Amino acid sequence: MNAKLTETGAEGSGAALGQRLARGDLSAAPVVMNLLESRADTDQLEARALMRFVSPAALKAEAKGHIVGITGPPGAGKSSLVSVLVRRLRQHEDQSVAVLAVDPSSRISGGSLLGDRIRIGLDPTDTRLFIRSTAAGERLGGLAWSTRAAAQALAVAFDFVVIETVGAGQGETEVAQVADTVLLVVQPGSGDVLQFLKAGMMEIPDVLIVSKADLGEIAARTREDLSAALRSLAASGSRASPEVIGLSSLPPTSGFDALEQAIAAHRMSIDLRARRQRLRREGAITDFAIEHGERALRALRGRRGAAQVLAGADGCLSEPELEAILVEALQARRQMCCEGQPS
Amino acid sequence: MSNSNGAVGRSQGARLPKADPPWMMRTYAGHSTAKASNALYRRNLQKGQTGLSVAFDLPTQTGYDADAEISRGEVGKVGVPIAHRGDMEALMEGIPLGQMNTSMTINATAAWLLALYIVAAEAQGVAEGQLQGTTQNDIVKEFLARGTYAFPPEPSMRLIADVIAYTVQRIPKWNPINICSYHLQEAGATPVQEIAFTLSNAIAVLDAARRRIDEQQMGAVFGRISFFVNAGVRFIEEHAKLRAMSILWREIGRERYNVTEERHLRFRYGVQVNSLGLTEAQPENNVQRIVLEALAVTLGRDARARAIQLPAWNEALGLPRPFDQQWSLRIQQVLAYETDLLEYPDVFEGSKVMDGLVRELLEGARSEMAQIAQRGGALKAIPYMKAALVESHSERIRRIESGEQVVVGQNAFTEAEPSPLTAGDEGGSEAPILLVDASVEQEQIEALQVWRANRDRQAVDEALAELERVAADEGPDAENLMVPTLKAARAGASTGEWAAALRNVFGSYKAPTGVAEAAAGAIEGAEIEALRERVAALQERLGRRPKILVGKPGLDGHSNGAEQIALRARDVGMDVVYEGIRLTPAQIAQSALQEGVHLIGLSILSGSHMQLIPAVISALRQAGVSAPVVVGGIIPAQDAAALRQAGVAAIYTPKDFIGTVMNEMVDLLDARSGVQAPA
Repeated sequence: MNAKLTETGAEGSGAALGQRLARGDLSAAPVVMNLLESRADTDQLEARALMRFVSPAALKAEAKGHIVGITGPPGAGKSSLVSVLVRRLRQHEDQSVAVLAVDPSSRISGGSLLGDRIRIGLDPTDTRLFIRSTAAGERLGGLAWSTRAAAQALAVAFDFVVIETVGAGQGETEVAQVADTVLLVVQPGSGDVLQFLKAGMMEIPDVLIVSKADLGEIAARTREDLSAALRSLAASGSRASPEVIGLSSLPPTSGFDALEQAIAAHRMSIDLRARRQRLRREGAITDFAIEHGERALRALRGRRGAAQVLAGADGCLSEPELEAILVEALQARRQMCCEGQPS
Repeated sequence: MSNSNGAVGRSQGARLPKADPPWMMRTYAGHSTAKASNALYRRNLQKGQTGLSVAFDLPTQTGYDADAEISRGEVGKVGVPIAHRGDMEALMEGIPLGQMNTSMTINATAAWLLALYIVAAEAQGVAEGQLQGTTQNDIVKEFLARGTYAFPPEPSMRLIADVIAYTVQRIPKWNPINICSYHLQEAGATPVQEIAFTLSNAIAVLDAARRRIDEQQMGAVFGRISFFVNAGVRFIEEHAKLRAMSILWREIGRERYNVTEERHLRFRYGVQVNSLGLTEAQPENNVQRIVLEALAVTLGRDARARAIQLPAWNEALGLPRPFDQQWSLRIQQVLAYETDLLEYPDVFEGSKVMDGLVRELLEGARSEMAQIAQRGGALKAIPYMKAALVESHSERIRRIESGEQVVVGQNAFTEAEPSPLTAGDEGGSEAPILLVDASVEQEQIEALQVWRANRDRQAVDEALAELERVAADEGPDAENLMVPTLKAARAGASTGEWAAALRNVFGSYKAPTGVAEAAAGAIEGAEIEALRERVAALQERLGRRPKILVGKPGLDGHSNGAEQIALRARDVGMDVVYEGIRLTPAQIAQSALQEGVHLIGLSILSGSHMQLIPAVISALRQAGVSAPVVVGGIIPAQDAAALRQAGVAAIYTPKDFIGTVMNEMVDLLDARSGVQAPA
């Protein structure tokens, strides 16, 4: 019976799926997601094979797709923004787009309602747009446990991968561990966001968006306040102050030209290869900590120690491979520890 | 008159000096084609019906022609297809429009159907100023409960306001809008919610109208607003609800709009009594439910309905036949002509119980209206109200499933003799419902193509261009949209063309589904716990959490069932993709494929299941989705075999409890993951 259990079956072999993605076969996306979301042991083995196959080390290049993460508090207008942005990317520029929408899970039942597709109004015959809604499950941090891997895999085939986080607020740091460009959406009058940014409780995004520009003066004032705060933060730190853009997702829409320019300009401004190598290492450490626990992480002397372990590894490896290096290091430490004990 | 007469009643004793005339009696009717519906109307008028109530099919209601992809399976089903002035002339042939009082259940496309009615009257030599009737023209409840919207909220309100402004000036006896509480109750509203949401909606309409007319006309406009309400089987409380609405309405008129004339301040309403409470099990019991509900809206003279239409006893089984509708008309006639109902002044005057009930409802409604006002009014509060309705409905289902609320024949007293009324039901051939000939759709498409070929194309194009130009003008002095709409109607434009022109300018819209916002975990208990266990075990075997898609194909906007299934599936631990109403088979297939769902549930109540379900299944299989498909809705027993043949794994109708549906869905998923369903 056990052989029947994995729904992806033979077509779900990690290597075969990796090959399809590498060829630019967008129709592989649904099965890739089924595989990456599965926790069945056999599927996880195949998923690791898939990630290995599409890693920069294997493909000899970083994935071409631009991974854009969109985060922000509930009600800020993320979904509406994604709808308009995706439509523009498809219609004006004919870029292939994968949307990974993460929705909250019920804490009582574990179930979820995934409804974001309705706002996107997609053309059912459009084979170059892929939308997948995934429930966050018990995972904190704004993403589902499969989202980072999914984004990295799909970026091999799609021009854009857009991640929309749960939208639970300040704790949503995980999207910054996978996105090339992080957009933070806030609505007018969001003083709390300003405080979070100043206090360092919220990561500074690459582009900051004040939604609902149709609200007029209050939207404009919020934008100015945030710009001023970010400039002063930037002055005390090393990074450049992010751009603050006002936009409206309601017809007539506004601000999207500026947004698209800012997204493109950000990607041009970063050393993509270095950023992704850093993020993959960080991601591997995150997964390691979740899989093996805080205690295991402490054994490696915390995130800092784990980062030192990975500093010597090839940053072009996939996250599961990097995680495996951490596991080896952990075993080596434990062994050393045991051997060192007086017998 | 009802209020001034209270004094007469007191001074002259218990009886009115002269019995009141009966209310207007209608039957909500229309199907197949304009010609067939015209014949039906003429028969109904001969039977003593005193007004017309036109049911349009879903493509007409949502602004599509019969040959649009989304119209497939829906043409002529829940009403009559009216594509152009020729169809409207045929619908009204031989019915003198100068004398007739016609109520049209039409909302998003109300301006267009009113224009066609005006043009059809012209063809009979009747001037628009003589026309009497009602366009429902209420969009907020479409977003909340009924689903036949076409444009976003703001431009929809402009269309409504323009119909009001036009008719107040030119068709003084027309009721330009019938603000509906009816569908809110069908969607699960409590009496307090029904009052508060409806009157908040009325305020949004009046505020919009105020911007399109002279301030001096405000009294006349207020006086032209009428309501379309519902009455459930708790008929004492339901009567109190109407008295409370009438008091609040007067208050709103005086305080918010400075209306002073007594005749303008009257709360005027028509009614269709509750369908939500009608059961599929032992459907003959629905007759007494309908009678009691009719009492709610007729018993007290101070809040008596102006016009009544009663549903048919077999609505939960399918479309009623002329015989079933006649039975409901006869109920009205017995009430009005045999009983002594109309001979008395208000029988509740001075009743402590009634006054107390009314006070309770007023208090609740005022506080709920304040909530809506705080959110910026009804238009902005649509997501809030929608989620509240979904929650109320879910609570109602919980009470019925737990037995707290008794529904005779459904959750109590279920032992029954075989019913001679539904004898044909099991046999499969002669169910007691109306069957619409499937060839109607093709006929309508062909007739439409002939119409298009024989008209002056250039005149149509010009009229539509003019319509777009006026629609694009967002200024306060923009021309009334009725003017270019009438021009397009005269030129021979079609319903789909009129709506497409406006969609070009206004954009299209999807209403909130309310499910994501509705509170989780309202239902607890052993059954839910057991289901959660089963879902958790299933998750282990599948590798990921069971994920289902709940889809509403076609134009049917009755989403209550789909919403409740989606909520419950979430509450037993599934991931649920629910995308709201009006999906094409291709869209459903695309979502199912991309989302990687394990099961697909489709809901249809419009009678289009025989066309749409096989179309969806074939689209799914073509897309490579092999997940099982289950169907829920008003599915007559004789259609079940054919649907199973087409690949449907299970069929559910209103008599099935949601808990049962959930268990069987898990059985299906278990079977597919290689586990035997529990015995």
